[in-house]
Amino acid sequence: MSRPRSRLHDQSRPALALMAPAGVLIVVFIIAPFLLSLVLSFTNQRLVPNPNLPTASVGVANYVRLLGSGEFWQAFRNTFTFALLTVPLQSALALGAAMLVNSRLPARNVFRGIFFLPTVLTMVVVVVIWSNLYQINGFFNAVVRTMTFGAHPGFDWLANPYLAMPSIVLVSMWQGFGFQMVIYLAGLQSINPELYEAARVDGATRWQEFWAVTMPGLRNTHIFVLVTTTILALKLFAQVDLLTKGGPLGSTQTVVRLIYETGFRKGQVGMAAALSVIFFLVVLAISVGQRVFLKEDREVA
Amino acid sequence: MTTRSERLLQLALALLVVLIVLAPLALMVATSLKGDEGRILLDIGSLAAFWVSPGEASLTNYVQVLSSATQPFLRFLFNSVFVVGWIVGVGIFVNSAAAFALSRMRFRGRNLILAVVVALIIIPMEALAIPLLLMVNRVGWLDSYQAQIVPFIAHPFSIFLFYQFFAKLPKDIDEAAYVEGASPFQVYWKIALPLSGPVIATVAILQSLEYWNAYLWPLMVTRGPEVRPVSLALAQFFGTPPPTWGDLMAFSVMMSLPILILYLAFQRWFIQSVVASAVK
Repeated sequence: MSRPRSRLHDQSRPALALMAPAGVLIVVFIIAPFLLSLVLSFTNQRLVPNPNLPTASVGVANYVRLLGSGEFWQAFRNTFTFALLTVPLQSALALGAAMLVNSRLPARNVFRGIFFLPTVLTMVVVVVIWSNLYQINGFFNAVVRTMTFGAHPGFDWLANPYLAMPSIVLVSMWQGFGFQMVIYLAGLQSINPELYEAARVDGATRWQEFWAVTMPGLRNTHIFVLVTTTILALKLFAQVDLLTKGGPLGSTQTVVRLIYETGFRKGQVGMAAALSVIFFLVVLAISVGQRVFLKEDREVA
Repeated sequence: MTTRSERLLQLALALLVVLIVLAPLALMVATSLKGDEGRILLDIGSLAAFWVSPGEASLTNYVQVLSSATQPFLRFLFNSVFVVGWIVGVGIFVNSAAAFALSRMRFRGRNLILAVVVALIIIPMEALAIPLLLMVNRVGWLDSYQAQIVPFIAHPFSIFLFYQFFAKLPKDIDEAAYVEGASPFQVYWKIALPLSGPVIATVAILQSLEYWNAYLWPLMVTRGPEVRPVSLALAQFFGTPPPTWGDLMAFSVMMSLPILILYLAFQRWFIQSVVASAVK
């Protein structure tokens, strides 16, 4: 049997040529900065070099200082608070919306299109709109005044240390839930309809059907949605930078914003690099967790 | 079967979500069409804020934004389109070429390279921003288009999407071409790439949204209006108190319009792209 020659011999050279552009760019702009941030995290590198103070190795001093700083822990606490609020709320809203769109609703594609619409808007635009709603004399306070018959004057939503983070959660949910909805919709459509028929024959209520058929059928979708939404939440930056600048009293400062302030505003690249490394390790841990969970499920199935 | 009352409840809930989604957009459009800033401040806390009567609608704010000397809106818009256009346009070729080699050619180390590309997907841009800034600073790329384009052309996740697509193409397609003496480049260029319309659309949509919405990186590498993207220009405009809501909303409408038109025209593709990005 003769096989075509070109398939038999090694194709290294043309393959290398095809991969070269992407390869060079990835090495220079992803792998190099990644390694650089590891190296820089052990130095006192500054953004603008000071000729009198050459960059020197400082060992683990950056990490020690970070772990001992209140600012660092506050940023992590805030970021995780945001994730803990956003992930379940947004996923639940998205699942609800997906179930509506997946039901026998008239014009359901129109509904789906509208629900997904905010996700294509730039966060800056979303922030401009919502900051209008959050104004002292804005819509939300008008609602508060109406509901309390004028007894409560309303809140300064973004300047109140207890309300600022929930306000940012709300903006983020409005902008983002369409993303998870679309993924849940694909998950719902992959559930075998016979399972629902069987549940109905057994006389299951809607509630039982949801817990016995829908939720187990969405197991992998849940894992994917939870992990992606968590990682997206940990990257929180634009909303906070635009609406509160991390305030009031640092109550909305996030990890990414701390990286930005430390590295860019203060020019402490070494310290920001250490922070970036810690941030990366957290994201990595979550991604690896996802793969472990998904693999387990495949083995069971 | 769904009962009548259940269906009514579903419809009511769906309409409630529609209201929540569309009300802020109505606020944006209505405010942008109110030429009198005093009127906007009068309406701000009431339902009137979400509505403008057709008789009172005016384009004053739009004219103001477009004619501002300090805020060259069209220049900002061009900058965004230019940057995203380059990233996506060049990215399609660079990423698909690498994916073609990884999925349909045989050479040593292929699986290792593939594993590295997949591993790189999880590195968040935010964790690379500071060292990348230092690098860009050193080569004098601050305040340039290059700084916003070149680092983002190669995109591991796009390579992965192309890889998945190419790997599923039947083997005999390129075998036949190789028998006729075609080179791997010809197979990539004349056979694989023309077949990959759907995945090109997916990659183009995902990358466009990602870089159209970029905030952290342009915030660090752009200073003047020459190369600043439109979203960042709006952020700066917004960050200069006191807010002039009419102009801000007109700016927001105008910068959202291109994306919204694309979305309405290719809605199905947008949604399919997001789903495709989830099925790993």
